[in-house]
Amino acid sequence: MSEENHSSNTDYWRANLKWVGILLTIWFIVSYGCGILFVEELNKIRIGGFKLGFWFAQQGSIYVFVVLIAVYVRIMNGLDKKYGAKKED
Amino acid sequence: MDVQTWTYLIVGLTFALYIGIAIWSRAGSTGEFYVAGGGVPALANGMATAADWMSAASFISMAGLISFMGYDGSVYLMGWTGGYVLLALLLAPYLRKFGKFTVPDFVGDRYYSKTARLVALICAIFISFTYVCGQMRGVGVVFSRFLSVEIELGVIIGMTIVFFYAVLGGMKGITYTQVAQYCVLIFAFMVPAIFISLMMTGNPIPQLGFGGEVTGEGVYLLDKLDGLSKELGFNTYTDGSKPMIDIFFITMALMVGTAGLPHVIIRFYTVKKMSAARTSAFWALLFIAILYTTAPAVAVFARTNLLTSIPGKSYAEAPDWIKSWEKAGLIAWVDKNKDGKIQYEAGTAFAGKPAYDGEKRGENGERLLTNAPAEGANELYVDRDIIVLANPEIAKLPNWVVALVAAGGLAAALSTAAGLLLVISTSVAHDLVKKTFAPSISDKKELLIARCAAAAAVIVAGYFGIHPPGFVAQVVAFAFGLAASSFFPVIIMGIFSKRMNLYGAISGMVVGIVFTASYIIYFKFINPDANTAENWWFGISPEGIGTLGMILNFAFAFIISAFTPKPPQDVVEMVERIRLPEAEGEELAVSDH
Repeated sequence: MSEENHSSNTDYWRANLKWVGILLTIWFIVSYGCGILFVEELNKIRIGGFKLGFWFAQQGSIYVFVVLIAVYVRIMNGLDKKYGAKKED
Repeated sequence: MDVQTWTYLIVGLTFALYIGIAIWSRAGSTGEFYVAGGGVPALANGMATAADWMSAASFISMAGLISFMGYDGSVYLMGWTGGYVLLALLLAPYLRKFGKFTVPDFVGDRYYSKTARLVALICAIFISFTYVCGQMRGVGVVFSRFLSVEIELGVIIGMTIVFFYAVLGGMKGITYTQVAQYCVLIFAFMVPAIFISLMMTGNPIPQLGFGGEVTGEGVYLLDKLDGLSKELGFNTYTDGSKPMIDIFFITMALMVGTAGLPHVIIRFYTVKKMSAARTSAFWALLFIAILYTTAPAVAVFARTNLLTSIPGKSYAEAPDWIKSWEKAGLIAWVDKNKDGKIQYEAGTAFAGKPAYDGEKRGENGERLLTNAPAEGANELYVDRDIIVLANPEIAKLPNWVVALVAAGGLAAALSTAAGLLLVISTSVAHDLVKKTFAPSISDKKELLIARCAAAAAVIVAGYFGIHPPGFVAQVVAFAFGLAASSFFPVIIMGIFSKRMNLYGAISGMVVGIVFTASYIIYFKFINPDANTAENWWFGISPEGIGTLGMILNFAFAFIISAFTPKPPQDVVEMVERIRLPEAEGEELAVSDH
């Protein structure tokens, strides 16, 4: 493994960690934040028949989870393309 | 046609389909048996993972639990789907890149130790068995209610079907049957939900319907339910009754516990590339989310129907489904005030599960019980498991819909049972026999051992399905707590810390397991009377204690590993390898070497 490859692999891993960190922060905010810790405050807001905190706990968090994985798949496929191609020689 | 004929027809057709698929896709090698040769398309793998993941508990019990728990039931919704995010982002792609068959394989290689492999192996088998027993009970419930066969015969029929395609087809057979089972179970879950949503709110989308207004009444459905609950003395549906810290810890324990479930992790070994592992994780969560966002709507519909149709009715004019579920042993009524009417409000009718006095009937025609009536006015016992299954009957839907739900429940139970049996057989044949005792056996012999182990596991699971141990519920709390406090931290540290060594991992696992297990054993088995919020540490129930066990595991592992020698160079290189980007067109092998 050459030096150049080594640093590109480290960059790949760093970028990976950064994105996983961002996505998991959102994951924490929608479920533990909106669905549990701030549920009472959010329940004062209503959308149709739903209290917002209740909606996040039973619906919203799950929708966000699906979107998070979709974003993760796109980003990682992009990173693989960017860093993976250099490995071939 | 009546419900029973419809059920025989639909269940018969789906079973024929599963067997047909099993014959078409039987396995020829250990690679095909364990991981379907690693060549399943991402979309199909996503569907199979979803069916694998959604057990009888998701299909049959979850909406019922939420229906009785209201907001508190969110722990299951967020816990089980949120755990999936952890699995997809932190575990699945790396374990796939690692390229071995099982989780004990990873633990054994990463921590260069047979002891570590053995500990992981025992955990995997224990968790899987706990789960299989639950699935078999689900099969028994469906058969006894809808096909009027004895639970024993029901379980034996279910076992035969699973035996047939798991033993014959291995992972390959299971994968393609699970694809079919997903289609059956999601169709069966959605059809009644859409019907009921239309009837109650005029909106065909249940996810929106339960936030809408009740048809013709001009009040929001959730407000109506909150009002009804309050009137009858129950907790307000949309507010919690558990303390916030407990909700937090239970959700976390369920999340990290599910992320460590071996039968789901193994599914990611069945695709060819790391990118395919990620894509199939996306499809799987999308397919899971369809059911998981519908379940809370079903819970609200069913609860509202239950609270408007039962209280104050006389037993004679009570709907038929009350009587048929009473016959199946999941509803019971004691006429405490002798007025012939069903009083249904907060509180228990009697302690524990109903114990019927043979086939003896009371003056109103109800089954008599030997349980002593409890204090309080409530006279009705409703098992939470019946909500989803009885929902179409409660809402007076056509007979074929009722039958469809029965087939869906069976599909959910069988698909998960098959996945679990595969983990058990793989663990025995591959991790125990090949890796620990007889490394030189041939591929053919290993395949034979795997098939025998699957067969033995089916029989043991069937036995527990017919004679369920009284402690199933406690054991399930145990399985999640154990997975949360052992598997999850060990795998995470194995991937994300190059410095983590054998000593840190083992001591972390031991501390996590011993702590979690003692807490659960104390409150669930030794001193169940003390199992109340005042006695819990920091107000955390045994269901949520796995989270604290996990934190302890992480803490001990990092401290111990800092004072002990670094892991060997080849292990560090292995960790570096699974962190590499995927080269274009690169296909990962499933190898054993």
